[in-house]
Amino acid sequence: MDGNYELEKRKYVIGGAATVIIIVYLLRLFTLQLLSEDFKISADSNAFLKRIQYPARGSISDRNGKLLVYNQPAYDVMVIMNEQVGVDTLDLCESLDITRDWYEQRMTEIKDVKRNPGYSNYTQQLFMSQLSTEEFSRFQEKLFRFPGFYIQKRSIRQYNYPYAAHLLGDVGEVGPEDIENAPDHYYRSGDYIGKLGVERSYEALLRGEKGMEILLRDARGRIKGRYQKGKFDEAPIPGRNLTMSIDLDLQALGERLMKGKLGSIVAIEPSTGEVLCMVSSPTYDPRLMVGRQRGKSQKMLAQDARKPLLNRAIMGQYPPGSTFKTSQALTFLQEGIITPSTSFPCSRGFHYRGLTVGCHGHGSPLPLVPSIATSCNGYFCWGLYYMFGNRKKYPSVQDAMTTWKDYMVSMGFGYKLGIDLPGEKRGMIPNAPYYDKAYRNDWSGLTVISISIGQGEVNLTPLQIANLGATIANRGWYIIPHVVKKVQGMPIDTLYTKKHYTKVDRKYYETVVAGMRQAVLGGTCRLANTSMYEVCGKTGTAQNPHGQDHSVFMGFAPRENPKIAICIYVENGGWGATYGVPIGALMMEQYINGKLSEASEARATHFENKHLYTPVEYSLNSPSEKDEKQQDQ
Amino acid sequence: MWKSIDWLTIFIYLVLLALGWMSVCGACYDFDQTAGILDFSTRSGMQIVWIDTSLLLAFLILMTDDRIFESLSYIIYIGFLALLFVTPFIAHDIKGSLSWIKIGSFSVQPAEFAKFGVALCLAKVMSTYGFDVRKLKDFIICAILIAVPMGLIVMQKETGSALVYSAFFLMLYREGMPGCLLFTAISAVAYFVIGIRYAEVPLWGMEQMSLGHALVMLLIQVFTTGLIKVYGGEKKNCWSRVLLFSLLVDACAILFAKYIHPCNAVWAMVAACGFTTVYLLYLSLRDRALPYLLIALFTLGSMGFFYSADFVLNKVMEPHQQTRIRVLLGLEDDPRGAGYNVIQAKIAIGSGGLEGKGFLNGTQTKLKYVPEQDTDFIFCTVGEEEGFIGCAVVLLLFLSLILRLLHLAERQPYTYGRVYGYCVLSIFLFHVFINVGMVLGLTPVIGIPLPFFSYGGSSLWGFTILLFVFLRIDAGRNRFQR
Repeated sequence: MDGNYELEKRKYVIGGAATVIIIVYLLRLFTLQLLSEDFKISADSNAFLKRIQYPARGSISDRNGKLLVYNQPAYDVMVIMNEQVGVDTLDLCESLDITRDWYEQRMTEIKDVKRNPGYSNYTQQLFMSQLSTEEFSRFQEKLFRFPGFYIQKRSIRQYNYPYAAHLLGDVGEVGPEDIENAPDHYYRSGDYIGKLGVERSYEALLRGEKGMEILLRDARGRIKGRYQKGKFDEAPIPGRNLTMSIDLDLQALGERLMKGKLGSIVAIEPSTGEVLCMVSSPTYDPRLMVGRQRGKSQKMLAQDARKPLLNRAIMGQYPPGSTFKTSQALTFLQEGIITPSTSFPCSRGFHYRGLTVGCHGHGSPLPLVPSIATSCNGYFCWGLYYMFGNRKKYPSVQDAMTTWKDYMVSMGFGYKLGIDLPGEKRGMIPNAPYYDKAYRNDWSGLTVISISIGQGEVNLTPLQIANLGATIANRGWYIIPHVVKKVQGMPIDTLYTKKHYTKVDRKYYETVVAGMRQAVLGGTCRLANTSMYEVCGKTGTAQNPHGQDHSVFMGFAPRENPKIAICIYVENGGWGATYGVPIGALMMEQYINGKLSEASEARATHFENKHLYTPVEYSLNSPSEKDEKQQDQ
Repeated sequence: MWKSIDWLTIFIYLVLLALGWMSVCGACYDFDQTAGILDFSTRSGMQIVWIDTSLLLAFLILMTDDRIFESLSYIIYIGFLALLFVTPFIAHDIKGSLSWIKIGSFSVQPAEFAKFGVALCLAKVMSTYGFDVRKLKDFIICAILIAVPMGLIVMQKETGSALVYSAFFLMLYREGMPGCLLFTAISAVAYFVIGIRYAEVPLWGMEQMSLGHALVMLLIQVFTTGLIKVYGGEKKNCWSRVLLFSLLVDACAILFAKYIHPCNAVWAMVAACGFTTVYLLYLSLRDRALPYLLIALFTLGSMGFFYSADFVLNKVMEPHQQTRIRVLLGLEDDPRGAGYNVIQAKIAIGSGGLEGKGFLNGTQTKLKYVPEQDTDFIFCTVGEEEGFIGCAVVLLLFLSLILRLLHLAERQPYTYGRVYGYCVLSIFLFHVFINVGMVLGLTPVIGIPLPFFSYGGSSLWGFTILLFVFLRIDAGRNRFQR
């Protein structure tokens, strides 16, 4: 051996170095592969293009099967940047009816990775959204001249009739708060969501479930087939079709009759709680809220002083006026304050200790039934006075008030009824603490006497008034009103099949029904009388400190086995008999007979043209169509 | 002869070949590919051809007389030099590289084979009587023998392949080249790579201080004290004093900058090094001890080298040259720029987890996110499809191969065999070190293949020849003893 021993020891240095290198690499591999999930996520987001497959949204029809809302194809123009070379821009702009500037601006936007994070030269990018069928067919013919441009089909909502905008609602792009608040992170930017009406309240059922197609994408953004031959793909679940409880003909008539008036009509089938029509006036054509014009329509309607977007039937909170007297009669009877034969005096009103609540001229004293029929204010003021002053039954006025409030709440007042529409208001039923605070504990039945005739602090929504009618029609119970009768493939929520009983016995209801029948036969509602069926009704003339009284009618028909209970509320309409009663009569005839008689038809036309203000037809003016397109993009 | 062949090495070789082929399959497979993995129109099919021919080549080498290699050493070396010289003139340009010669429908890269010639020649030269690397003249001869082919390959614009030849210095170290030379060279590379790599990274959130510079200063301090401990003679006990002093100064300066007054504490670290130098100079004068002078020179030289390199890179070089060096160090962090490869490689490996995604199931590699995924970045496929277990198996196989070769080299009765053996193992070590390191983001990105894994006939044949010539020499080791 010529090498010395010292040098041979260097083999340990070399072998050691090799070993150290490998150990360091193994440690590095350990940290890369086993300690962090980040790389796995990065690799998946690199390679997997999760393409969402949108389910078809459920259609909506009325109770008789008339299709109200359906899906219509719309067409998006897509572009693949690195294929769209040599396109005649001028020709393209002309075919799509856009300006050159808009084209340039749009192209820059698409390429801006900050605003369009999913940008790739090799994949389809949205160029222009929601072409109408005509625009599409015009563009389709020339499409071969524009390489790199493609058409992608998607669907938008379309409406068959110009009615029931508030009930149906609309769909629009999800906002940031929708994305945030969705429990399962269902929505992504650009998705559609129900904004109003049943489109919103039944969103989860209507929309279905999105599917997912997992595609493999290479480094240049090209699709290289489906991952594991589609083993992990999820098919979309189509949305469920809804059948509404609305009768479209009744709805249409209601909207016609309310033209030029502010207010609401709500009709309920008493035996089921199904809402037969719900009119809020002014209303608008739901087709305004479709497609690219939605944003502009929305803005126009939101700015209108008469608030056409407000669904007055469930959001308007009004004094119920004399229609409320029925609930008072029921309470007094059940509490034993009065019997049907109890009479109270009324000399053009209630006079006591210097307090006066006026009334119109009628015979005096009157028992309960004619008091309801003539809508005597005095009778119900005395009733409340005796109830709140009864110290044998109620230790204090507060206790009397609480008992009274419980009756009201059992009839569906003071809280949201729970209708299947968004935005319902609860109305107002005062309670003892409320008055304690307002009057510093110094108050009596006399102080709050006006609540007995549906004035003062009491506020109800037209839906609650209609529900009162339905409760009386049922003689003591109601089912929570709802606008959806059937959901495809599943039973309706038990919430909408359960009977809610009030605190009043059936026998007392019969007395009130008799009073309401009397009102139609010879009282305030004579205009509603007809030989075809027995109508029961109650007018209301709600005092309005800001102007003309509101005209109210609550009624149902026929008397036995009632088919329809209804509330008409016309703001500033004056006497209940002026608008409320005749409109209510027409509505009941339409629903029970399925059509109007000739004479009624003439009357309907008369009321259609009898306006309290000049009606506005909401529509978008077309001249500014072009800049609107630009804004919407 | 067959009895004295080292079958263990052949076994490791065959396992690596098989694993390598699987990786090439994984790297080249396309999800929408219709041809089978054995089809010759695919790279995995072609790799089978290269493997078969390599096995034939190995068999032929084993059948020859081992003495033939020794006697032909110079001729083979000169032949390769000539080939390397003409290559740039007859090569066709592949991505700016002029190293490929076209023969028929195949391309051959002479640089991959030339290592073999250099190894033979070095072995032959160093086994001549009286040759000693420790003598300056003999060392220079070796250096020239290595430098000439290196230069020729640089002219082919294949810097990576040229750098492989520096692996021969590891063999020279074994044969007696002073360790401090190797140490100095490695230190220089470390300063350069670490200093530049982390130059822009702020230290402890302080923008005015560069982590790279601070790390280099720390390295110099540690190396200096290490040298004192090893070469310091009787006075070597002062190493702990020097280290303590340096670290104290570093810590105080950094804490001062962090909490009291923001300043560049690196200058304090430089000052600490300077003070150490002065102290060492004083010791060498007082004790008339040469090692202290040399250590002081090392410390001073280290600082000088680092700052001049930094200056040259940032002030003298053109921007595009700077970029090239930064790319080489994996410094460009723009995801679509030069750092892209390294990032995607890390993602590929990291996403493999413990067991990997399974054979042909890797998405990073198959969807072309990792560039060069079947050649330089093939280790990504192993990481992605076979996971940590697969990677560990492959790395441990390479380690066993290198350690086995070390053992075989040491058992050679003659310098010729030993030198050649060390050449082979150094080359394997260098390739594995750089290739796997760059995929893991630890070493600069230098485009050299992973032995037996990267796709291509030239590299596979080159490594096979290197290895089997050594096995043939090893098989003949007992000839004269019997």
